[in-house]
Amino acid sequence: MHEISSADIIENLFVFVLASFLGLELIRGVSRLLHTPLMSLTNAISSIAIVGSLLLVTAGGMNRTTTLLGAAAICCSAINAIGGFMITERILKMFKRKGGGAA
Amino acid sequence: MKTQFVYLASAALFILSIKWMSQVRSSRRGNWAGSLAMLLAVAGTLAYTGLTTTSLGWVSGAIALGAIIGIPMAVFMPMTAVPQRTALSHAFGGLAAGLVGTAEYLQYAPHIGTFAMGALCAEMLLGYLTFTGSMLAFGKLQEIIPTQPIIYPLRNVISIATLLVAIGSGVFLTMHPENATVMWTLMGSSLLFGILLVLPIGGADMPTVIAILNSYAGLSACAMGFVMNNKLLIIAGALDGSSGLILSILMCKAMNRSFANVLFAGVGQTIVKAQTGPVKQVKAYTVEDAVSMLDGARLVIVVPGYGLAVAQAQHAVKELAAVLNARGTEVKYAVHPVAGRMPGHMNVLLAEADVPYDDLLELEHVNPLFPEADMAIVLGANDVVNPAARHDKSSPIYGMPILDVDKARSVMVVKRSMNPGFAGVDNELFYLDNTMMVFGDAKKVVTEMVADFKRIAA
Repeated sequence: MHEISSADIIENLFVFVLASFLGLELIRGVSRLLHTPLMSLTNAISSIAIVGSLLLVTAGGMNRTTTLLGAAAICCSAINAIGGFMITERILKMFKRKGGGAA
Repeated sequence: MKTQFVYLASAALFILSIKWMSQVRSSRRGNWAGSLAMLLAVAGTLAYTGLTTTSLGWVSGAIALGAIIGIPMAVFMPMTAVPQRTALSHAFGGLAAGLVGTAEYLQYAPHIGTFAMGALCAEMLLGYLTFTGSMLAFGKLQEIIPTQPIIYPLRNVISIATLLVAIGSGVFLTMHPENATVMWTLMGSSLLFGILLVLPIGGADMPTVIAILNSYAGLSACAMGFVMNNKLLIIAGALDGSSGLILSILMCKAMNRSFANVLFAGVGQTIVKAQTGPVKQVKAYTVEDAVSMLDGARLVIVVPGYGLAVAQAQHAVKELAAVLNARGTEVKYAVHPVAGRMPGHMNVLLAEADVPYDDLLELEHVNPLFPEADMAIVLGANDVVNPAARHDKSSPIYGMPILDVDKARSVMVVKRSMNPGFAGVDNELFYLDNTMMVFGDAKKVVTEMVADFKRIAA
């Protein structure tokens, strides 16, 4: 695994702190009406972990065990990514205004 | 380098996705932005990595299997089961992070830098505890295991000791990455801690627990980003982590309880209060009584709770509202933040039954309306309408913001039995003079009301 320089570490910490504050601000603005679809959406977003498992499996030099573990991780994340966005869409479609206008 | 530009676009889309999610109007656009971001991230990763035939086989096989499992779960899952599905997907998210952590360790140890090793330990700890904790939450929501808190002696000592073992092994492993036994200890104690964490938590505290697990799943993806030096993982994981954090804070506030109280107090295990004083009597009424009370009503407020979800009564409620509307009665819905088993649960169920979302009112907006309401109909809600929360300092739910249904001219409470709510507290609402208790399954009672109205009309 390639070495991470201390400059990288600091940069990543900056990104983490900024993204967290941005996230807190954005989530605070979400209507309570939408908390369930919000949760299924963010759950789908957290399946971004698929990128990590893809990088791992395609890195080369993997043995049988680590490849299997990586593939299992890809599968778990794929379930969440595909299923998560689909069920969010299904939930959001149900929200209708008075008079029948869809969301 | 090219991958990084794709990741940048993907990160921006994830942020927009959550921003658009804030309102119903733009929410579907938000979901599409999120899907596009994910697609870009996956395509960008695969396009610029050295895919071999073998690794391509593994990757496409794993994604195909994920689609085979994920699509039916999304398409056929009934709306009442959304909390279970959410818990299950947190479990998958946690497992994915944990497995990647273990695989990275097995592949690269001991040639891992100290910082990366520390992040790797955090990734495994959070991932594995989210996995078992969410599986247990799923089991409770699906009622495969008892929904009551499972209480045993010294449970907090045992839980905290397990967590300390996990953290201790993480710290040790960070300093001595060559010691594989410690990695297995970390993995085992994290898995165990997830179980211990959720065991003593009761069904009605699930909204908070699901939100906390949501946060952990995000943070484990974040930790993975630190291990792999990948900013997209850090950003998306942080968005998910902060979302879970805010939702769990909101849930705690809505119950006037602290995190620690939800996690460690084991609320709901026993019926705490012994009845003192004279035995109180409730007045049981029939559906016909309730229907005659609704004659000439101008405003009716429906208060849905978990009982509505259990009885699948949302469509019957909508029918009742239609009958009442036809008679000139206005119908509104009062949604308490912790009604149901996950944040926003009741809104989704009522939306499924085509109730327009303008009629779903939040606590602060609906409470001023109760004094004007001719009747409040409480369907399977209990603690969130208990007036004791306002004045009885000895009540475990004292201080919890409640829906002031008792201020309506009359209150109809539909309940299966006299069993108390999760807090094990007797509900004084049931004994008030303006309260009529109608015993029965919410769906059955509401359907009978509709039939009775139609009989009168005919």
